[in-house]
Amino acid sequence: MKEQQVIIDSTHFELTINRLCYQLIENHGNFENTVLIGLQPRGINVLTRLKITLEKIVGHEITCGNLDVTFFRDDFRRRETPLIPSATNIDFVIENKNVVIVDDVLHTGRTIRSGLDALLAFGRPAKVELLVFIDRRFQRHLPIQPDYVGQRVDTLSKERVTVEWKEVDGVDQVVLFTPVENE
Amino acid sequence: MNTLSTEHLIGIRDLTAEDLELIFKTADAFKDVINRPIKKVPSLRDITIANLFFENSTRTRLSFELAEKRLSADVVNFSAASSSVKKGETLVDTVNNILSMKVDMVVMRHPNPGAAKFLSERIDAKVVNAGDGTHEHPTQALLDSYSIRERLGEVKGKKVVIVGDILHSRVALSNIYALQKQGAEVMVCGPTTLIPKYINSLGVKVEHDLRKALEWCDVANMLRIQLERQDIKYFPSLREYSMQYGLTKEILDSLPNKIVVMHPGPINRGVEITSDVADSDQSIILDQVENGVAVRMAVIYLLASKIKR
Repeated sequence: MKEQQVIIDSTHFELTINRLCYQLIENHGNFENTVLIGLQPRGINVLTRLKITLEKIVGHEITCGNLDVTFFRDDFRRRETPLIPSATNIDFVIENKNVVIVDDVLHTGRTIRSGLDALLAFGRPAKVELLVFIDRRFQRHLPIQPDYVGQRVDTLSKERVTVEWKEVDGVDQVVLFTPVENE
Repeated sequence: MNTLSTEHLIGIRDLTAEDLELIFKTADAFKDVINRPIKKVPSLRDITIANLFFENSTRTRLSFELAEKRLSADVVNFSAASSSVKKGETLVDTVNNILSMKVDMVVMRHPNPGAAKFLSERIDAKVVNAGDGTHEHPTQALLDSYSIRERLGEVKGKKVVIVGDILHSRVALSNIYALQKQGAEVMVCGPTTLIPKYINSLGVKVEHDLRKALEWCDVANMLRIQLERQDIKYFPSLREYSMQYGLTKEILDSLPNKIVVMHPGPINRGVEITSDVADSDQSIILDQVENGVAVRMAVIYLLASKIKR
C-alpha cells in the first residue's frame, strides 16, 4: 500500500520552470558560452521544457545535449540486473564552456557524481553547475549541492518522489509516495 | 529482458533472440563510447580478466584486450606458446592456477572443440569462448550480425551466403545460429569436400556455384581457407579454388544487386577475395573490426554484471 500526495500541481509546475529559466538567464546572459546537459533518462524531460521556455525568452537556439551515466555508476554489479544504457548525444565541444547539468530529482547525489565523471570524458569544462527540479535534501550520500532548485522537499529515505510530465505521463505534477505499513 | 539468459558465452546456440538484441543494444552505447575523445568507462575497474590463447590470434586477441581495457578491467595475457602447457600441464590445472590469482573472467581460444564448455563446468569464473577449434566463435558471429544490422538496418529477412571452408569454420557455425535466430535466410557455398555432410540438419541452403549463390544473396561472408586445419587435400590447388570460389570485382559488378561483402579476417588476398573487392565500398571488413570491440565490450559488460561480490 502506498499513500500518494501531489506536492507540485500543474500551475505551480509551469511557474517553477519559468523561474528556473530566469535564474539561468541571470547568471548566463544570452548563453554565449553556456551549454545545458540533461542526464538520461528523466533529466531530459526537464531539459526539453527548459529549452522551449529559454529559447522563447532569449530568442535564439540554446545548445543542449543528453548524457548517459550508466557506465560511470558506482552500483554496477550491486543490482540484480545490469543497467541498460540510454543514448548520449553531445555533438559539441564542452572544453572551456560553462556546463549546466540538468536532472529531475536530486536524492543521494550518486547519479550526479557519475554524471561529473561521464562529463569529463568529453573534455574539461570551465565551470559546471547543477540544476534540479526537485531537491530531496537531507538524503545525500555525497557532498553534492544544486545551484538551481525547482523545489526543496523533506522526505524519508523510504519515500519516493516522481516528477510526471505532460508529454510522457499526461499531466505536469510532482508526486510524493509514502509506503503505508500493514498492521 | 535486461540480463543475459546464460552465465557464460560458450556458443551462439545457447543464446536467445532477446539475448542477441540486448547485446546489440548495449554495443550501440559502447560504439558511442569508443568514438569519444576519452574512449574509456570505469564500469569494470574491480574485475580482472585473463585472456588465454592456446591458439594463434591477432585480431580477436587485440580486440578482446582493447574491449577489456576500455571497460577499465585489469587484464592478464597468456599464450600457450610461451607457457607451462608445453611442459605437460592440463587445461584445468593451468586455468585453476591462474584463477588462484583472483581472476573473475576467462576469455579462451583453444584448438579443441568443446574446450570452453569443459572449462565453464569446472571453474568458478565467467568463461567467454574466443573460438574453440572447429566448433563456435560466438563473438565473431555477434559482430558480423551487428555489422549487417548497421549497414542494412536489420538482419531479419536478409539473405546471407557464407562462402568457403564451411567444414573447418567455427565462424560459419556461429554465424548460422546467429543469423537464423534473428530471422535471416542462410546459404552455404563451397566445394562439396568443404561442406559438412549433415549441414542440411541446420536448415541452411547449399549451393556449389558461387555465381548462383551471389545472385541470391544480400550479404556474402567470404571465409578463409583454413589450411592449418586441413590434414588432407580437400581441393586440387589454391589456384583452382580461387578460380571457382574467389570473389573478384568483375563478378561483383556483374551482379543484379549491390551486395554487402564481409570477411572475418585474416584475408588471403587473391584467394577467397581479391584486393579491389576487399577495398571496395561494398566491403564492410574494417567496420567489422571496429564493431568487434564494441560488441565484445557489450558481452563482457553483460557477463560481468552477473559476478556477485
